[in-house]
Formats: sequence, C-alpha cells, structure tokens
Amino acid sequence: MNVPISRLFALVLLLFATVVGFTSYWSVIDAESLRDNPENRRLLLEEAQIQRGTITSSDGELIAESVSTGNGEQKFFTRRYPLGDLFGHPVGYYFLDRGRSGIELEEDDELSGRKAEFISILDQLEGQAREGSDITLTLNAAAQRVAYQALAGRNGAVVAIEPATGAVRVMASNPPFDPNAVEDSETFQALNTSEETPLVNRATQSVYEPGSTMKIVTATAALDSGEFTPDTVLNGDSGIEISGVPLENAGGESFGEIDMTTALTNSVNTYWAQVGEQLGNDTMFEYMDRFGFDSDPPADYPDENMVASGVSQNGKLLGPGDTIDIGRVAIGQERMRASALQMAMVAATVANGGREMQAQFVQSVTDPDGRTTDELKPELASTVMSEETAAQLAEMMTNVTREGTAAGLTVEGVSEFAGKTGTAEVQGGDCPDNRGWFISFAPTQDPQIAIAAVIECTAGFGGETAGPVATEVMGALLNQAE
Amino acid sequence: MSARNRELLALLPVALLVTAGLTAVFIVRSNEIGDLSLTYGAYFLGVCLAVHVMIRLRLPNADPYLFPLVALLAAFGLVILFRIDESLALKQASLFLLGLGFFAATIIFLRDYHVLERYRYLIAMVGIGLLVLPRLPGIGEQVNGAYLGIKVGGISFQPAEFAKICIVIFLASYLREKREVLIVGARRVMGVILPPLKHLGPLLVVWGAAMLMLVFIRDLGSSLMFFAAFLALLYVATSRVSFVVIGMLLFVAGAWFFANTVPHVENRVDIWLDPFEDTQGSGFQVAQSLFAQADGGLFGAGLGESLMQLPDASKGCIDQFPECGSIIPAPHTDLIYAVITNELGLFGAAGVVLIYILIAARGFKTAVMARDGFSKLLAAGLTAVFSLQAFVIIGGVVRVIPLTGVTLPFISYGGSSVVANMVLLALLLMISNDARRPDREAAEPEIQLRGPVGRTA
Repeated sequence: MNVPISRLFALVLLLFATVVGFTSYWSVIDAESLRDNPENRRLLLEEAQIQRGTITSSDGELIAESVSTGNGEQKFFTRRYPLGDLFGHPVGYYFLDRGRSGIELEEDDELSGRKAEFISILDQLEGQAREGSDITLTLNAAAQRVAYQALAGRNGAVVAIEPATGAVRVMASNPPFDPNAVEDSETFQALNTSEETPLVNRATQSVYEPGSTMKIVTATAALDSGEFTPDTVLNGDSGIEISGVPLENAGGESFGEIDMTTALTNSVNTYWAQVGEQLGNDTMFEYMDRFGFDSDPPADYPDENMVASGVSQNGKLLGPGDTIDIGRVAIGQERMRASALQMAMVAATVANGGREMQAQFVQSVTDPDGRTTDELKPELASTVMSEETAAQLAEMMTNVTREGTAAGLTVEGVSEFAGKTGTAEVQGGDCPDNRGWFISFAPTQDPQIAIAAVIECTAGFGGETAGPVATEVMGALLNQAE
Repeated sequence: MSARNRELLALLPVALLVTAGLTAVFIVRSNEIGDLSLTYGAYFLGVCLAVHVMIRLRLPNADPYLFPLVALLAAFGLVILFRIDESLALKQASLFLLGLGFFAATIIFLRDYHVLERYRYLIAMVGIGLLVLPRLPGIGEQVNGAYLGIKVGGISFQPAEFAKICIVIFLASYLREKREVLIVGARRVMGVILPPLKHLGPLLVVWGAAMLMLVFIRDLGSSLMFFAAFLALLYVATSRVSFVVIGMLLFVAGAWFFANTVPHVENRVDIWLDPFEDTQGSGFQVAQSLFAQADGGLFGAGLGESLMQLPDASKGCIDQFPECGSIIPAPHTDLIYAVITNELGLFGAAGVVLIYILIAARGFKTAVMARDGFSKLLAAGLTAVFSLQAFVIIGGVVRVIPLTGVTLPFISYGGSSVVANMVLLALLLMISNDARRPDREAAEPEIQLRGPVGRTA
C-alpha cells in the first residue's frame, strides 16, 4: 500500500500547489485589476483613516476640515465644510460613498498625504501615521461672497483670475450646493436629478454661446496674424450676407465704413463676421487653440469637472475641416460654445501681454509639521499673441468701457479698465432668452485682475446683466486691504 | 538526537513565533511593547511542554514533528485571531486547552487504537448520526443556508468535524478487510475495471451518503471532503485508479445534479463562477476575500496593519465584531486565510500552506511506516481528510472551488474543529508510536496475526 500512499501524497501536494498558485494570482498577478475594481472600497476606506489636510481660503477662512468619527480601535474621518455652499463648486467634496470632485480631487495627493513610496516606508518604520497636508487656496472668500450677492439668485458663473500668476481668485457658480449635504445618498440623488442642476459647476462644466465676447478671440487672430490693424476699415452695415445669410447688427443699426476699434467699441457684428470669414477656419482655430479652446482649459482642475470650449455639435468638438459658418463663429454664434473659465483666461491673457498663465487654485501647501512644502509658481501655459497685439487689444477693450457697450460700468477705485460685453440670443431650447456675458480686466495699466461673468437666461444685454456682477467682484478684489 | 528531544527543540521556535507575532500586533495597536505578549508566549510554551512531557511518557516513539507543526498552526491561528479581536484569541486559547484535554484523554483511554476495528459499524452509525444531527428540529442550526452546526443548551458545535474521524475509522477498517476481494474480484467490463458487484454495494452506499449530505447538510465543501477522503482510502487499499475515476465521475454527476436542484448549492456554484456579478449581495464574501488578498501582495500589509473594521460598524448590527462590521465577512472562521494573505502576503499564506504540506508529509510517512493494513489505512485516511479539509476551505477562499463553511484546521476560530482535530492528531501520533517502535523485528509476527493482509503495495 506504500506506492498508492506516496501517490496520494503527490496528489495532496498538487492540490496545495494549486491553492498557492491561485493565491499568487489574486495577491500579486491580478492584484492591480482587483484594486481597480469599482466595487472594491478598500482603498477608499483606508484613505478615510487618514486625517486629510484642511482647505483654507486666501483670506484665512476654513473651507474644509476632517473630523474624527472613529469607533473602536480604527479611526475614521469625515469631511466637513464650515462655509456650506460658498465654495461647493470650486472645492467640490470628498466622501467615502460619494467619491471626490473639484479641488478635493485635484489636490488629493497633498490633502491625503500621499508621498513617495520610500518616504512612506520610512514613516511606517518610525510608526508615523499618514497625515495630509493643509492647503491654502488662491480663492478669496470675501470676493466669493460678493460674487454670489451680485449674481443675486440668477443662474450663471463668475471666474476671476490674476493675469500675471494665473491664480484663480473667485469661482462662483449659481445655483450653489452645500458639499455637506451630498454625503447623504438621498440628498445627493435629489441634487443630481434636480432640474436646476446645482451639482454642475457652471464656471467650468457649462459652455454657453459666448456672443460678442468671442470678438476678443477674433480680434487677437486678426491683429496677431498681421492681416489686420486696429485701423483696418470694413463696412459695418447691418444685413451683410455671411455664408449666404444676411446678418443683423444689434438693433439693426448700420455703421457704414468703420475701423476695428470702432467695431469693437460698438460690437458691430457684420464687421467681425467679415473678419472671421477673411481669416478663414484655419487661422481662427489656430488662435482659439492657442487660448486653450478645443481641449480642457489649461487649469489645475480635474478633467472630469471641466468641459472644453469650441465649436461643438452634440457634445463633439468640430475642427477647421468641418463645414462651419466661421463668420458667425467669429461673433460667438453658430455652434460656438465657451465656458466662463475659458473666457476669463482670454481676458487674463490680453491683460498679461499675450502670455496665458496656467490657472491655479493652490497658494501654498503646509505639511503636518508646519513646513511650507509648496507655493504657487506661475506657469506659462501658452504664448497666444505678441505684446504689441495685446497692447492694441487692451486699448480697444478700454475704449469699450469708455464710450462703447460697457460705458455705463465702473470699477470702484479704478480710473480705466478694459472689457467686452456679450449678449447671445438663444433660439429655442429650455431657456428662450439671452446669455449675458462680460469679460474684463482692471486696471488697464498694470492689470491686477481679469474676470468673466455669465448669466444664463436673462432678458437684458450682457453689459447690463453680467457687467455689474463682474465690476463688483473686481472692485471687491482690488480694494481689499491686504 | 532522540525523537522526543527533537520535538522539544522544535517547540522553542514555535513559542518564539507566537510571542513575536503577538508583540507585532501589540506594537501596531498601542505603539508599545507590553509584557503581556511575553506572558502569553510563556503560557503557550508551558502548555506545549506539558503536552510534550505527556507524549514523552505515553508515546515515546511517536513522530517528533507532528506536534510541533500543529503547535505552529495553533500559534499562527492565535496570533491572527488576536489581531482580529483580542477576546476571540483568549477564548480560542481556552478551546485549545479543551482540545488538548481530549487529546490526552484519547491517548490515555484508548491504549490500543486497534480495538476501534471491532466497533467499526457502531462508529459508522455514530458518524452518520452526527452528520444528520444538524437537520434535527430543535437543535439544528442553519448558517448561511448550510446545516453544519447544532446548538444544545447554548453551546453550539459542528458534528461534521467529529463525524469525519468516525467515518475514516470505519472506512479504514472496512477496506482493510475487503480490499483483497475488491482487487481480486474486479472484472473488466467494456475495458473498465469494475469492482465486484457484491462489494460494490457498500461503496455505492458511501456515494449515496455523500449525495445525501449534499441534500441534507447542503454543504458542498464537507460533502466533497468526505467523499474525496473515501476515494483516497479506496485507492490506497486497492491501487485501482479506475475505482477512483468511477467514484469521481459519480460524485461530479451527483453534485452537478444537486447543484441544479438544491438552491443553496446552486447559489454557491454560481458565486464561484462569477463572484463579481453581485458583489453587494451573494458574491460579497468571495469578492471581499479576493479584494483583501489583492491588498496583501507579496509581503502583506503587516500584522495588525490592514483594514479590518468598517467605519459604520455599529450601524444595523446585532452581533458584535467580527460577526458584524468587518470588511471581510467571517474573518475569524471561513475567510481567515484571506486575512492571512492580506496581512502577511503571498509569502505568509504560502508559509501556512507549507505547514499543512509538512503535516501531510509526516502523516503519510506514518502511513508508510505503519505495520499493519488498518494502521496504514487509518493514518492515510486521517491525513487525507485533514489535508482535504485545509484544501477545501483554502480552495474556496482563493476560488479554486466554491466557497463553503469548513474550518481551516487549527487556525480558524471554533471549538469543534480544534477538539476534533486534536483527537485526529492523537490517533496519528498513536499510529506513529506503534509504527516507530524500535522492536520492529520482534513485533513482526504480531502484525501477521493482526492483519490478515500482507504488504502488497
């Protein structure tokens, strides 16, 4: 009986070898895909054991903190947002069962204290628990409040950027949402299915017909390509055929032979549509792309929380090779769509001498030991135009606020500022009204702040609806006692 | 060095291991090294030494490695249980003491295990009776759809753990007697060697019993364990691969039939085939087991370092942790192997499997060395059923086979398993003591008397 006993042992060996083989498969070979399985909550749960860093506004108000809800030997932390819905949009949320969004997502590595593998092993040997770094944002709570007050319940968005650094100072989206509320599944579902779409960040995720604010992009292409100067004269009569269809100026007003400065000051549609047609698809797209259109804007913000601006149909971006009425794209109509963030960056680029800076939200990072480990470093995202072009544009835009469509607007404490209004008429859809836009920077000499404000579904002109919102926020930012 | 001295020497690293393991958990938990781990380690060593002295007195020639290997598994189990929940480890330690009581009683009262042969039918009936107990109204207990436990006066235990020993004793004795006729009477039918019809009956009865278990107990795992142990013994007794193949085909056919008719069994098989189809419901256990293992990697998270309790552990729970509020369901029983892989990695898990392999090796070695047919079959059968039990539960956790509710011997929390396997160990040691007696030549005639069958294999 000894031979079968030996064979039986061999079989038992085989069985155990199979078991070890399978163990290696799950624990090592297939481990990656198991960890990535959406049903696997282990990584999230492990992160919930880490005290996440706080998020503070540039003026020192606490936006987010982690509080311990631990029971037993294992400690767990939950996120709390003391300012409620004020920063729901740019900052987003972080919850075990909800995932993360916005800055909570973008800065997750810093906030959760994820370090290089080597350092974390050293920490483990020293018995140090992982801890997150605290983040101070470039966002300003006082100005953010002004933005919401100015929006006064109207749906829309405001984005204010420091032109020289790309620091985002205000990002407001109305309706807001309270990140504390999304932890609860039912509340989240209700917010998620609400017709008001409060969870959509209208500053980065909503793209609107940019209307006449698009003329800044068209002007950049016209001047910087060298094909036009501020003095180039075209006919500005109403009813000129563009792509075979007559185009009207606002109020049907005809301007006769006018130069570019006059055309921008009075926002003459036919002038700019002709400019667009003469430049052609390729040049127009070249400059749109330089500004960051046709992809997510150059911003330190999660891709899933941003939507690209550009000519789009059914959510798909079109290119210069597609059949496009480029004359109407040049005045922000047709299928042209842009986000408030993108348009704020257009204004900031002109303000910064044609150099577009990466939009950033983090002023500084402080590790648990109190050391400042990172500070905002301005990054050049794209050189869109020459300094000369930028200076010409700045002068033309300042003329808009002097005597043009934005003549009624003032920024507190500033003598001269640049701006461009936009009023896009929306036909059909669920909001048969206008989109009111205003993009601006101030002061014209030595610009400190650039801004874009958009109001969706409004009856008035951009200069009357979005204009005061933008100027109030700029005033608040410029007159702050630092 | 004498066998007993080797055993004594082997126990020291085991005691060191349990101390080191407990210390590791202590450090993680409280950032300090308490002297409690030393105390526990000393207790452990003390108990092991007491058992060693008893083996030295009663079974001086027994295999020197079996007991230290089992002590190693027990040490491993205690450390893991201590990591899951301190009170569990303390309860399990007292259950080990109870198990060692049974161990000692077996050795002391069963002076010669050969007498078991005489009561084989009684033992068989006891075994089957034990298996049916959980279905009896009033005392039977259903856990996760399977009937594996009974509860009498607040004490619950799993009779299948004891039944497996009874059945192996019966089979060893029955096959020792019938192996000749099974071999000689075999007929070739259509190219397949079949056992004689007359003796096929009892074998079909065993098959029928395994099928009945599947329906009655609804546990594929224990059914598989019992039937595979039977086939192993049949093979050892007859050397006929064809018997085993026929048996396996019968089992697969039966299991397939019942997998499609008994809902609980069917469910288990479906989960096995696709655990990710319903990770929040039926596939939860297997999916969590695999997720935990994926977190282990090569070296594991470290003792006490992995995620164990859920943040909302107290919500909607009647039972205390770890029955409730653990990310791995049943971390202390069914899925303890997943906890080991999670915290000690592939190397730790492979180490545990290696201990089972070494125990199997010593067990089969005992069978090879045994002097008579009954002893050989009994040693081989006990070793096979022990190894198969380990395989069935680990295999379930790593998805080689459907996951079932069998305990991981000497590691899982649970008194029945510890007590039954301690009795099993006692029997193995007694057989090996008998086999390794130095007066081998002198004892030869006795074997002839006792076992009518000589060594053919």
